[in-house]
Amino acid sequence: MPGEELRVGTGVGPYRLALRRLRRNVAALVAAVVFVGIVACCLCAPLYAHYVAHTGPLDNHETERVKVGGHIRDVVSLIGIPIGPTWHSHFLLGADFNGRDVAVRLLYGGRNSLIVGFSATAITMFAAVLIALFAGYYRGWIDSVLARMLDVIWAYPAILLGVAIGTSLSLGGISLGPLKISGDSLYIPALIIGFVNIPYVAKPIRGQVIALREKEFVDAARTLDAGGLRIMMTEILPNLSSTIVVLVPLMVANSILLEAGLSYLGAGVQPPNPSWGTMISDGVRLITTSPFLVLVPGVALVLTVLSINILGEAVRDALDPRAVTRTRR
Amino acid sequence: MSTQPPLLEVDELSVTFGTDDGTVRAVDGVSLAVEQGEILCVVGESGSGKSVMTSSLIGLTRAANARFSGRAVFDGVELIGASERQLERIRGAEIAVIPQDPMTALDPVQRIGDQIAEQIRAHNRVSKREAFETTVALMERVGIPQARTRARAFVHQFSGGMRQRIMIAMALSCDPRLIIADEPTTALDVTIQAQILHELAALCRQTGAALILVTHDFGVVAELADRVAVMYGGRIIEQASVTELFGDPQHPYTWGLLGSVPRVDRPRSARLPTIGGAPPSLVRPPTGCHFKPRCPHRFEPCDDVPPLVSRLPGQPNHRDRCWLDVEEKRRLRLVDGDIRLVGAAT
Amino acid sequence: MTRFIVRRMAQTVIVLVLISIFTFLIFQVIPNGDPAARLAGRTASPDQIRAIARSWGFDQPIYVQYLRTMQKIFSGSVVSYSQQINVVDQIRRGLPATVSLAVGAGVIWLLFGIVVGLLSALRPGRVLDRVLGFLALTAISTPAFVLGAVLLYVFAYRTSILPTGEYVPLTDDPWQWFRHLVLPWISLSLAFIGFYSRVLRGNVLDAKHEEYVRMARAKGLSGRRVMVRHVLRNSLIPIVSLWGLDFAGVIGGGAILIESIFDLRGVGQYAAESISTLDVPPIMVIVMYTGVLVVVVAALVDILYAYLDPRISLNT
Repeated sequence: MPGEELRVGTGVGPYRLALRRLRRNVAALVAAVVFVGIVACCLCAPLYAHYVAHTGPLDNHETERVKVGGHIRDVVSLIGIPIGPTWHSHFLLGADFNGRDVAVRLLYGGRNSLIVGFSATAITMFAAVLIALFAGYYRGWIDSVLARMLDVIWAYPAILLGVAIGTSLSLGGISLGPLKISGDSLYIPALIIGFVNIPYVAKPIRGQVIALREKEFVDAARTLDAGGLRIMMTEILPNLSSTIVVLVPLMVANSILLEAGLSYLGAGVQPPNPSWGTMISDGVRLITTSPFLVLVPGVALVLTVLSINILGEAVRDALDPRAVTRTRR
Repeated sequence: MSTQPPLLEVDELSVTFGTDDGTVRAVDGVSLAVEQGEILCVVGESGSGKSVMTSSLIGLTRAANARFSGRAVFDGVELIGASERQLERIRGAEIAVIPQDPMTALDPVQRIGDQIAEQIRAHNRVSKREAFETTVALMERVGIPQARTRARAFVHQFSGGMRQRIMIAMALSCDPRLIIADEPTTALDVTIQAQILHELAALCRQTGAALILVTHDFGVVAELADRVAVMYGGRIIEQASVTELFGDPQHPYTWGLLGSVPRVDRPRSARLPTIGGAPPSLVRPPTGCHFKPRCPHRFEPCDDVPPLVSRLPGQPNHRDRCWLDVEEKRRLRLVDGDIRLVGAAT
Repeated sequence: MTRFIVRRMAQTVIVLVLISIFTFLIFQVIPNGDPAARLAGRTASPDQIRAIARSWGFDQPIYVQYLRTMQKIFSGSVVSYSQQINVVDQIRRGLPATVSLAVGAGVIWLLFGIVVGLLSALRPGRVLDRVLGFLALTAISTPAFVLGAVLLYVFAYRTSILPTGEYVPLTDDPWQWFRHLVLPWISLSLAFIGFYSRVLRGNVLDAKHEEYVRMARAKGLSGRRVMVRHVLRNSLIPIVSLWGLDFAGVIGGGAILIESIFDLRGVGQYAAESISTLDVPPIMVIVMYTGVLVVVVAALVDILYAYLDPRISLNT
């Protein structure tokens, strides 16, 4: 491609350029607005619960009645069918089989799903980059050991490994010295998901580190007697930044999906704590009569993950100088 | 000079690419001619448009964001506006290409022999068997031992020099009339660069094919070329026979290039003279002469683009783009008894 | 080549041993509390727990525990504690459903993934590419079990076009087998189709910019031949290895969610049920079985890959 050699310096850094391209991407802008909107709504969950719905995410109302459009109706009917969306402040999106307000649970559940997704990604990125740096920079036996360890984690389908660890941990919680996490904490699924995803990040980054350590500027640092740690942090890590930036949205999206799957199987967020996964799991039992119990959290989940994925793809295209779709015509 | 029409005649060829950063004028009004069987060297820095110019001749730079103007007539066929179908018939058969890096230019997952044979079969109605036999013969001709077994090997099993020999064999496979070699030895070990180039030149002389050799090595130019074109910022700034160019270089940029060639007759302690400044941006090129910002001899007329014309009486084929007076140039270019752009840095 | 295979096999054996150790650690060592109590589940009596502790060797040093666990797993004598059923028999019973699901879905997602990917790569940035790209991202963003639940609702509960689930063996009634698997296949495939199409599209676009593709054009090959012989061939090779691993993952019970939603009674659902009753032995065996399967398939895929891409075996 001739454009590459001809992209003669106009004095704009790669990130500025990427941002400029990103701003021109309408789909990415829409996705960003949707995502920020969802996050904002979920953060406002307590406000909505307190001022609008007048109930909490864990409050059961199965024996109560509610007035909808002049009619008084059971929140949960005698044969166990919960009320559907009322489009009023009470039970805006209906109630679940325990008579809990779905809209309130949706917001709290979203908050939990996002917390798990982001914490898991933070754990994954931190551990994976560290492993990749050591394995890729030192090579030799350190690399062999770390690479085999990644192979082991990677050998299990993520969901199955997550379920296995999740089941194992939710029985007893974790106690590693001073660190004690109880079995129903949100950080257990975050930790599990973060752990399970490590190889998917560490493998590509390790490859990049191996390529980078052969570069001249690393040689230059080495001849200046810089230590391995220093070279890794000051020479190699900054050059990984664009890969990391591209991988983060991908991992957030994957983590949220995995959380839903784990929660669905009972190995993620523990009931009665809501998350989109647990809500879908509860809803599937009543799908014949109350499909909205699956649809409401399902749509929220898909919308969130989709907006992250669109953003992630846009960021990747913007950072990749070889992206072909972008050239003006 | 031969009297028959030139094999290839390029007339005011311009190539631009629309990018996010603006329009890149990669080739800016290039005109040149290649005679039957001659060797033309195109010299210039990276980014001077030499590669884009040569690849545009056979339509390899065609893209959604590329714009072309001007003409290039090869043996009566206009190439720039030619259909993809027409070009497919010419590529590889009439005009062959030898790429810069033979490692990346060969498909990693296909056998070497198959890659040569597929070109033969694209242009000739021969059986697979015949194509393979021709391939083996070609490989032997370019000096590959045990060609029959080597034809079944993959690219990573060849050394750099052998890979480039494969590319030469490939270029020769359909007896082309013109070969375009784009810095064919830059990716190779220095020790065999000269050898490969000499072999290439000899094979061209044997087969009567003309050669456009893109290079930035003046040693190569002096040894192999019949004629030279110097490119700068997408334009040809000087064009002459090899003796004319080395004996009486007209453009200050050429002086700079000639001055920066390492020479054995210079004291070792002296640092190589360089041309100050950076090559021009092709997105926002300087107005007028592209070399103006780096030229120590610039004066007012340089704000207008100098035309590529002959300025030397009796040498109609020695053309350049510089406004300076010929006698003035001869005075300015002599620094410490050598041809240079400026005095050597100390 | 032989040397490559031998080395790859040696690596595989090491990873297999590591997998067994890792599986052991997940269930017996990392978590808090008494491993015997965990194996026994939440409803066990103290006597049961003591018996389990003795039979698995939890009163012994850790390496004895490990060896005894492995011995139990590989001799096929692990018994589930909630139902007292031999775990290996149970897995064997689930395999036909799981294999049917994996083979059908695998074929669908490979085929459609390639077709959609190629259609997108044909004219990058144009309407078709954008629409397919959006659909692919949506598919990737939709959890298979949500899709499965919605499809079930629409096609089974509301309209009764298709059955609501369960597995009918192929040998019993091929038509019913097919009808019962249509929705699971679709639900499982869709995300894979989205993912594969994106990967292939990227590969094709990357390959188009390779020097050897430019050179192939410079040789005067027709656009079609360049596409098929050089672009596609190089783009599809990585898809092969991707597919092998994903397929192994599904066979190994990775489609745990889909199997549960559609009540297919396969290996995955067995794992899911064991999880809901906190019956640890089956989960442990299934996780082990899957890990082994994936590692072995990965090794086979690598060897196949080395045949397809001659660079690998000689460089590494």
